Amino acid sequence: MRKSRLHIPHPPARPSDKPDFSYVHVPPVDEVPRPDVNTPLRKIERSLAFSMVRVLDEQHSAGGAWNPHLDAHDLQVALRHMLLTRALDERMLRMQRQGKISFYMQCTGEEAVSIAQAMALQPTDMLFPHYRNQGLHIARGRNLVDLMCQCLSNSKDMCKGRQMPIMYHWARGNIFSISGNLTTQYPQAVGWAIAAAIKGDDTIAASWIGEGSSAEADFHHAMTFASVYQAPVILNLVNNQWAISTFQGFAGGEQRPFSARGPGYGIPGIRVDGNDFLAVYAVTRWAAERARRGNGPTLIEHVTYRRAAHSTSDDPSRYRPADEWQAWPLGDPVDRLLQHMLKEGCWSGDQHEQLLQEVQQHVTDCWDEAISYGTMTEGPFLDRNELFEDVFKDMPNHLIAQREQLRALDEDD
Amino acid sequence: MAQMNMIQAVNSAMDVMLGRDPNVVVFGQDVGYFGGVFRCTDGLQRKYGEHRIIDTPISEGGIVGTAIGMGVNGLRPVAEIQFADYIYPGVDQIISELARLRYRTAGDFAAPVTIRTPCGGGIRGGQTHSQSPEGIFTHVCGLKVIMPSNPYDAKGLLISAIEDDDPVIFFEPKRIYNGPFDGYPDRPAVPWTDHPMGDVPEDYYTVPIGRAEVVKPGAEVTVLCYGTMVHVAAAAAATLADVDAEIIDIRTMVPLDVDAIKSSVAKTGRCVVTHEATRFSGFGAELAATVAEECFFDLEAPVQRVCGWDTPYPHAFEWEYFPGPKRLAAALEHVMDVS
Repeated sequence: MRKSRLHIPHPPARPSDKPDFSYVHVPPVDEVPRPDVNTPLRKIERSLAFSMVRVLDEQHSAGGAWNPHLDAHDLQVALRHMLLTRALDERMLRMQRQGKISFYMQCTGEEAVSIAQAMALQPTDMLFPHYRNQGLHIARGRNLVDLMCQCLSNSKDMCKGRQMPIMYHWARGNIFSISGNLTTQYPQAVGWAIAAAIKGDDTIAASWIGEGSSAEADFHHAMTFASVYQAPVILNLVNNQWAISTFQGFAGGEQRPFSARGPGYGIPGIRVDGNDFLAVYAVTRWAAERARRGNGPTLIEHVTYRRAAHSTSDDPSRYRPADEWQAWPLGDPVDRLLQHMLKEGCWSGDQHEQLLQEVQQHVTDCWDEAISYGTMTEGPFLDRNELFEDVFKDMPNHLIAQREQLRALDEDD
Repeated sequence: MAQMNMIQAVNSAMDVMLGRDPNVVVFGQDVGYFGGVFRCTDGLQRKYGEHRIIDTPISEGGIVGTAIGMGVNGLRPVAEIQFADYIYPGVDQIISELARLRYRTAGDFAAPVTIRTPCGGGIRGGQTHSQSPEGIFTHVCGLKVIMPSNPYDAKGLLISAIEDDDPVIFFEPKRIYNGPFDGYPDRPAVPWTDHPMGDVPEDYYTVPIGRAEVVKPGAEVTVLCYGTMVHVAAAAAATLADVDAEIIDIRTMVPLDVDAIKSSVAKTGRCVVTHEATRFSGFGAELAATVAEECFFDLEAPVQRVCGWDTPYPHAFEWEYFPGPKRLAAALEHVMDVS
């Protein structure tokens, strides 16, 4: 009988087990010093990569060296963006369950990442998102109707029906297109940043991937090129613990934090409490300032938890405990910001109730408008001749001929 | 007018475009200080600086991925993949991203990237330095695919490629970098100086993408070819005094000049398709199918394909593998014998 000696990573808990996050070390807020943005890598690589930057403590107070000291208005804006993101996700999930859209992906529990980062960057900075970054659009002020129309592939779909739901883009808002092929956006963001540096402007790029897709070769390509050319780019790795059914150990997280890969490439790696809005905001400001000053790229690992299913095609109860999210030691990002604001006295329970109702109503109004531009089953529909547009800038003869073949079928009907 | 070989011609194309458009950058392994392993970028870094002629890590996936981002941010990157055989780590970025970015964003984003890459065998390169993978890329919608056969076309087509707002894969048959190789490896090498297409203007000009060229007019059989095989086809036809072959240099596989193919085969009624790449599912299959669809009632013989064998490109039996003039002449005689 042969006996395998191969190591197979195992998550701490499967469906019938008690959740166990003892592997997540949660340090006090004053554990990680905030270095000057000009500090050389060798002096900061261990302090930033192996602990976890936190600002909000267990009592919902902001403290430590990274406290960004945001004013009440910024916090209120952030809270609204996060609630709107969550309300959009809830509505779109329901619409998928009712068959109104074919597919959806929620970012529940990860809202702080997109909202804090978009708020910490300049509107001219170019964002290369992955598929759980809808908050970037919301924080940059996008009309939710546009996002919904994309999910509906209707007559106002920005992609003209060419992408499955949630693969948004926004040229005017400087948000790049989402690809189903994971991590491809990482070297693209680095290339965008290289071009910005060549052109001598002070814009920077930022990109996001999950911890699971950090296993793709494009992660290595992006890190190498970013390091070689000291590109002004922020490379975010959102470690939400789960890549569909495989836990973060299957991407290499068992042996070392993902943030520690940064120093291996000569890039600072920062590990941040991804459910702490203020901490995410602070590290993003730090990385952006470094990039803008010509000090090069930063890798940020956001430690968070994917509360929802991977997508509407996924059933996480088959591979992890249903109550695992409740045991997650870093809590919920929306609730933590809310509790902080209540404690600081810049928000009240009444205001919160009003805001919840307002965002719900807003999402409902947007949905009603979106479906007036068509649904999957009811018009107005996209022009099917659009199928042949944009393959090339100018349509070549063979596509003109194929478009005529499709038209001829219509005439036969 | 100057005498140029293919290397000097592609160098001149990049030189002209670097001078005309500040957004053009050249990007690839060894292209900078050294000037490229085939010398195609020789002198360009000295002239335009290391911020425009940029050496890269050995990373085809990284080169293509970052070139896309550079293109999205307003540059016009001309990326070099050192050998076409090395392009595969970049294929996900080429197929899933570069080729389809305009489509998936309904025209809101696009990356005008040109990828230059030397291809083809006959240089003792074995199976990792001899491939002709054009058929992999012609199968991808959204890419323009070009393979010139001479210095004049190489410069004019490369300028067109760099100016084109769509992504272009630009294959350079390296066996004819220095001279018009006719498929006889034992004969003395011929330089481009003796060839009319080695006369190349030093300034800006273009050769249009999407147009084939009748290299040699003829009445009895059409040979569809590109790259090195244009010269092999001419040599094969020259061995057959009693066969009047028309040789068409396809030049750009995508978009394909179907009209040029149709009008030639309508006239000759016979067709031989040839390329150096392997035969099965190769671009020659598209050419043969096009002839079958468009010219069926003009045909007097089945279309023949003369291609690389469906094996990897060997080191030891290079000339047994290469679809040389002898095989091509046999195919020409075969289609002429069918009546």
